[in-house]
Amino acid sequence: MTLSAFEQTLIGQGLELRRDETSTLQVNVGLACDLACRHCHLEAGPTRTELMAGETVEAVIACAERISFATIDITGGSPELLPQLPMLVERLAPLTSRLIVRTNLTALALPESEALPDLYRSHRAVIIASLPAINAAQSESQRGRGTWDTSMDILRKLNGIGYGMPGSGLELNLVANPAGAFLPAGQSPTERRFRQDLKRRYGIAFSNLFTFANVPLGRFRNWLEQSGNLDVYLRRLAENFNPCTLPGLMCRTLISVDWNGYLYDCDFNVAAGLHHSSHRLHISQLTELPLPGTPIPVGDHCYSCTAGSGFT
Amino acid sequence: MDTYYDPADLAKFGDIGKDAPGLADKFFSYYGAVFAEGALTEREKALIALAVAHAVQCPYCIDAYTAGCLEKGSNLEEMTEALHVVAAIRGGASLVHGVQMRKIAEKLSL
Repeated sequence: MTLSAFEQTLIGQGLELRRDETSTLQVNVGLACDLACRHCHLEAGPTRTELMAGETVEAVIACAERISFATIDITGGSPELLPQLPMLVERLAPLTSRLIVRTNLTALALPESEALPDLYRSHRAVIIASLPAINAAQSESQRGRGTWDTSMDILRKLNGIGYGMPGSGLELNLVANPAGAFLPAGQSPTERRFRQDLKRRYGIAFSNLFTFANVPLGRFRNWLEQSGNLDVYLRRLAENFNPCTLPGLMCRTLISVDWNGYLYDCDFNVAAGLHHSSHRLHISQLTELPLPGTPIPVGDHCYSCTAGSGFT
Repeated sequence: MDTYYDPADLAKFGDIGKDAPGLADKFFSYYGAVFAEGALTEREKALIALAVAHAVQCPYCIDAYTAGCLEKGSNLEEMTEALHVVAAIRGGASLVHGVQMRKIAEKLSL
C-alpha cells in the first residue's frame, strides 16, 4: 500500500498519530443541508437526502447512556433538517456536561427551526455557527447569495435570547474559514477583528471565534482541481506542517459517528472514508471508550489540521 | 514562450544569498523583523506591502502579497482600496508637479 505524503511526513519526523483519552462524541446527522457551500468537505447540500434514521438516532442515545462523554457535538449537513433533532437534544443534554449544536445560521431561519433557539437555550447547549468572513462578498462567494443578511438576522436573534452576550453563560462561537485556496489568518487577530466589525456594523456579539484551513476533500477538492489550485494548495499546507499541533488534534480525543452509525476519528475522515480502527464499527458495538494509543488512520487532508497553528 | 518573469522564480529568492551570504542573511533577517507584528498588525503591513508592490510594479511582490493579504484576513474590498491609495499618490505625484510646470511657464511667458 502506498503511504500518503502525510504519513511519510510523520514517519520522516519520527512522529505518530494515536488516540488519547476520548472525551467527545461527535454526531453527524446527515448530508442534507439548505446550503451547498463551495468549501464543504462532505458535499452536503439541498439535493442530498442522507439523514440519520430513527434507529440510528436511538443507537447514538443508547451509546451516550452507557458511555460518559464530557462533550457531545451535533453536526451535519444542517442538523436542523433532522426531524428528530429536538428529541435528540432533549435526550442527550442530560447525558453530557457540554452539548454542542452546530449551525450554518441560515438553517435556523427555516420555518421548521423556529423553536430551536429556545430549545437550545433551555438546555444550555453551546451553539457553534459557521461564518466564513466578516465581508459579505467573501462569505457569499462560499455560501451563496442572500446568506449574509440571513446570517446577521439569526445572530441578532440569538443575541436577543442571550446567546453570545457577556454574563449570560450561553456560548455562541463562530467558525471562520478562508474563502479560497489560501490559509486562514491567525485566530486571535481574526477574533479581534470579527468582534469589532460585527459589533460596530451589525450590533452583534459572540463568545469565541475559531479559524480553520479548508480541507482538500469533497466539493472543495473538486474546486481546487477545476481551478488549477490543487497542487499549490496541497504544497502550501504541507510546507506549513507544524508538529507542535499533533498533541492537541481533535481526532485524538473525539469519536465521530456518521448518519449510518459508523465510527470515525473525525468528521474529515468521514468524508475520506477512513474508519476508526481502520474497519467498519457500528456505534451499537461500542461498549467502551476507544483505547488510548489506538492508531488514527490519516491521509493528506490531515495537513489541514496541522498547518500553522493548526485546528483542534 | 520565455519571459523575464517566471512565478516559480519567487521560491528561488533565497538563491540571491549564494555569492553574498552575509548581506543576504542581514536582509532576510531584517525583512522578517519588518513584517512581524509591531505597532502595526501583520495584516496592516501586508496591505502596505501590496500597495507598494503595485507602486513598484513587482510581479513577484504582487503574487506574494495578494496571497499574503488574503491569509492575513483582508478581503478584496480592502485590497482594492489600497490600490486606489497607490493610484491617488502616483497620480497626485504627477499632477502636483504641475505646479513646477506652471511656475516655469509663467516665468517664460509674457
